[in-house]
Amino acid sequence: MTEHIPDTVENAAATPDKDQPFHLLGLKPDEYQQIREILGRRPTSGELAMYSVMWSEHCSYKSSKVHLRQFGQKVTPEMTKNLIVGMGENAGVVDIGEGWAVTFKIESHNHPSYIEPFQGAATGVGGIVRDIISMGARPVAVMDALRFGAIDHPDTSRVVNGVVGGISFYGNCLGLPNIGGETWFDPVYQANPLVNALAVGSLRHEDLHLANAKGVGNLVVLFGARTGGDGIGGASILASDTFAEGGPTKRPAVQVGDPFAEKVLIECCLELFAGDCVEGIQDLGAAGISCATSELAANGDGGMFITLDNVLLRDSTLTAEEILMSESQERMMAIVRPEKLDAFLAVTTKWDVETSVLGEVTDTGRLIIEWKGQTIVDVDPRTVAIDGPVYNRPMECPAWLDALQTDSPSKFARATDGDELEKQFLSVLGSPNEADTDWITNQYDYYVMGNTALHTPDGAGMIRIDEVSGLGVALATDANGRYCQLDPYVGAQLALVESYRNVASSGATPLAVSDCLNFGSPENPEVMWQFARAVEGLADGCLELGIPVTGGNVSFYNQTGDVPIHPTPVVAVLGSIDNVARRLPSGWQDDGENLYLLGVTADELGGSAWAGAVHDHLGGVPPRVDFAAEKDLAGLLGAAAHEGIVTSAVDLGTGGFIRAVADGVLRFGVGARVWIDEIVSRDGVDATAALFSETQARALVSVAREDDVKFRGLCDGRHVPVLRVGVTDKRSGELEVQGQFSIAIDQLRSVHRGTLPAHFGPVVGG
Amino acid sequence: MRVGVITFPGSLDDRDALRAIKLAGGDAVSLWHGDSDLHGVDAIVLPGGFSYGDYLRCGAIAAHSPIMSEVVDAANKGMPILGICNGFQTLVEAHLLAGGLIRNDHGTFIRRDQKLRVENVETVWTSGYTQGQEITIPLKNGEGGFIADDETLKQLEGDGLVAFRYLEVNPNGSLNDIAGIRNARGNVVGLMPHPEHAVEPGFGPDTPAAMSSGTDGLAMFQSVLAATVLS
Amino acid sequence: MPKVIVEVMPKEVLLDPAGKATARALQRFGDGEITDVRIGKRFEITIDGEVTPKLLEHITEVAKDVLSNDVIEDVISIRVAD
Repeated sequence: MTEHIPDTVENAAATPDKDQPFHLLGLKPDEYQQIREILGRRPTSGELAMYSVMWSEHCSYKSSKVHLRQFGQKVTPEMTKNLIVGMGENAGVVDIGEGWAVTFKIESHNHPSYIEPFQGAATGVGGIVRDIISMGARPVAVMDALRFGAIDHPDTSRVVNGVVGGISFYGNCLGLPNIGGETWFDPVYQANPLVNALAVGSLRHEDLHLANAKGVGNLVVLFGARTGGDGIGGASILASDTFAEGGPTKRPAVQVGDPFAEKVLIECCLELFAGDCVEGIQDLGAAGISCATSELAANGDGGMFITLDNVLLRDSTLTAEEILMSESQERMMAIVRPEKLDAFLAVTTKWDVETSVLGEVTDTGRLIIEWKGQTIVDVDPRTVAIDGPVYNRPMECPAWLDALQTDSPSKFARATDGDELEKQFLSVLGSPNEADTDWITNQYDYYVMGNTALHTPDGAGMIRIDEVSGLGVALATDANGRYCQLDPYVGAQLALVESYRNVASSGATPLAVSDCLNFGSPENPEVMWQFARAVEGLADGCLELGIPVTGGNVSFYNQTGDVPIHPTPVVAVLGSIDNVARRLPSGWQDDGENLYLLGVTADELGGSAWAGAVHDHLGGVPPRVDFAAEKDLAGLLGAAAHEGIVTSAVDLGTGGFIRAVADGVLRFGVGARVWIDEIVSRDGVDATAALFSETQARALVSVAREDDVKFRGLCDGRHVPVLRVGVTDKRSGELEVQGQFSIAIDQLRSVHRGTLPAHFGPVVGG
Repeated sequence: MRVGVITFPGSLDDRDALRAIKLAGGDAVSLWHGDSDLHGVDAIVLPGGFSYGDYLRCGAIAAHSPIMSEVVDAANKGMPILGICNGFQTLVEAHLLAGGLIRNDHGTFIRRDQKLRVENVETVWTSGYTQGQEITIPLKNGEGGFIADDETLKQLEGDGLVAFRYLEVNPNGSLNDIAGIRNARGNVVGLMPHPEHAVEPGFGPDTPAAMSSGTDGLAMFQSVLAATVLS
Repeated sequence: MPKVIVEVMPKEVLLDPAGKATARALQRFGDGEITDVRIGKRFEITIDGEVTPKLLEHITEVAKDVLSNDVIEDVISIRVAD
């Protein structure tokens, strides 16, 4: 068997004219030239592969950097006062008080989830959880935001089953409660499903760890799973190219996840942290060892030396370059003081985690990688990990946008009687994006760890962090590609305020933001314009609300041929609550409570669930955003929860008022009688708008009779418009809209819960 | 009373089992799979999770851990042993309980609040319930289908060795709706649902009274503490 | 290096839901010829050295004790492969 001869630095210097397939690795000619200039010679094969992946869109953010800067610029000291770690690290870290901090992030794994949905989604969960561990935290919960193609398309079932199965498989095996998320179906995502996975972890302040290699002479240690031929070059090949019509153009090795290995890794890492065995730590994701080493070196003292000979292999036939680029899962890289190595090994041995010392931190300012005594990589790590290309891509407002915005749903005749309104309501309730997602979520565990205070179908998930004081955090993720297609600036802000409002409706105080920006090709000026507008909208919105972006992810190239997905920025908001016992569920349980609508209603149906479900229409302008009103509402809900004077809160979002009432009824199966005439008269809207408008900054709360006076006083004091709109009724078994229609709860349930099972199979016990 | 909870690589609900024991008033002791010492505990819980990733078969590799020979010994001498979900699978693999557990008949993982009937209160783990009591306990598994050949089934039913039965909905295709069983002696009990997730108000299943208020699982841990006090 | 192949199948008397689901899936592609599917496991055990009768005996034992659960599975074959 002939042994593979690696391309060494010496060889590269001696053969400057060797033809290198940089375009196959995703590099453009000018990028390749830039690498040659940086090195002063042609790159070795290993260096070429390294630069190609680290400079790919997925890893370098080259098309988005200039815009993402706004997240760091549009901040005030007040906003960042609770931020222990901001953007730029593996995940943001927020102080929540009592010596506790939480770290959270949302990330995409979109393209792999179309090619191999199960493993794509599974490894997506694995990757984001490792980001959290590498901050020194114990992961405590996950969530996921999913986008699939048309619900009745033959290929959708393949993707849905795979993705949900993969998330279930990986998340459950790790022992992480899945506390929420959302799922939408739309033809634009047919060949470009979106799988955005969020993870949150908790840590004591003093346990914080960062991904930097400091301390000359400290050891570079690789531990976890063995290295095999998984996903070699996956990051650059998949994420920097689109799929042609008819299927994926490339089928590289798919990464296969082993959640058991990751569970063991979590416990092992936590013990290593507790034993103070680790100076710096990085998880291995896209670009594997090449990424981990260049990032650790670039963020630290600037120099590192490693030999690939010591890497434990699953496949002994791997070439040096393949070892360098392998994306085998469940691996971490730590920087360890030499005197701590024994203690480190004692822990990894206990957990049966394989470990190898690859090299050490140096002060040369170079990352040197050897294979069998020969240098195959000699680079300045900063040029790989930090100073990659930065593009100012051309942007152009889409030519079709004006016409789309002019095509308002107000052109449609409004329903004239209760029967018609009832039909439209049931059509909205059973539509794929409004339907119950129990089919999905009952494959997820939310009980594990025993600290889940709120979970799906509540509007936000909530986790108890301190078992003594009850201190907890709430999380919500939201996105609306339809709104963003109509106006990406406003649409991004709408995702932000929706998520913000969901957190506030749980009784928590919003503190921080993470985002996953899913867009088409950045080489398409219209998409780039959408991206720039969305980022600007989000940055402006965060500034208005006073909560910072702590980190996130960009996923470009979500398009098939020339057709991009709707701009889909997913915004996750995290909040804290002093005691989870004060949390507010998304529905009422008791009889005879008053229902109050907070906020005012306008006629805003552009991009609404009503327009989509009843008229198959997307056009007009999305609802306006009113940050002052959102802040007032959030403050009110937090105070009301703290004082225990509301028993539930449902935020109003897609589907409007009547959807919120249905949510409140279906949460515990307790009926309600509501009336809309006062909404109509006070706010000057018709019945359709009263029921279906998606005006923002509104919530529906239930209040026990004895707390009515206090509650109204609170609203008046905080200048939040309030209107009594109904009463809960435990005996009626109905949702009644006075003067319009009345629907039995059983029927509501069967419409709401029937949609996903009709396409994907029956729900157990459903 | 000292109640041990064994952590295998991949165990998940060990922390919850420890919490449940504490809430019931017991002394919760963490035990390690690689240890051959039971550290003087009076009872043992094998918790839920995905020990060894469910590789080979659920609970199969765990059943061969160093600590398991001690557990088998102790069980044969009458020590109370409770196996929850993956723990039940481990006890079955170790042949301390009859039958087998296979993939859910519908093929997917299911998490639901499950109604159960307590079929047998003559064990140290179920004496705190009343005969025929209906309880709601969270269930979450992908491989919870209880199977046994006809002869074994007849024996289980005939000798009254069924400890819990699924009510209203059979969530995984278990034969005879069997959710949990006991050994002849009554010291070893295994069940697929998770009592440790229904012990703390605010974190258990919903009840008509209030959200997340269900604590039907607490009695299981209180039973064994009462029993070991007497013995 | 030689390998020993061990095959394990679920016991015939017991339900095999995975096999049943697979049979149903296959039936959608055929003309009714496929009536049943049962799914088992095949273990490929790599041996460093020679496969002696003593080693085979040992493997037979571990096949029964570890590789299969004799309550619900049968070891249906053990053979040496080159």
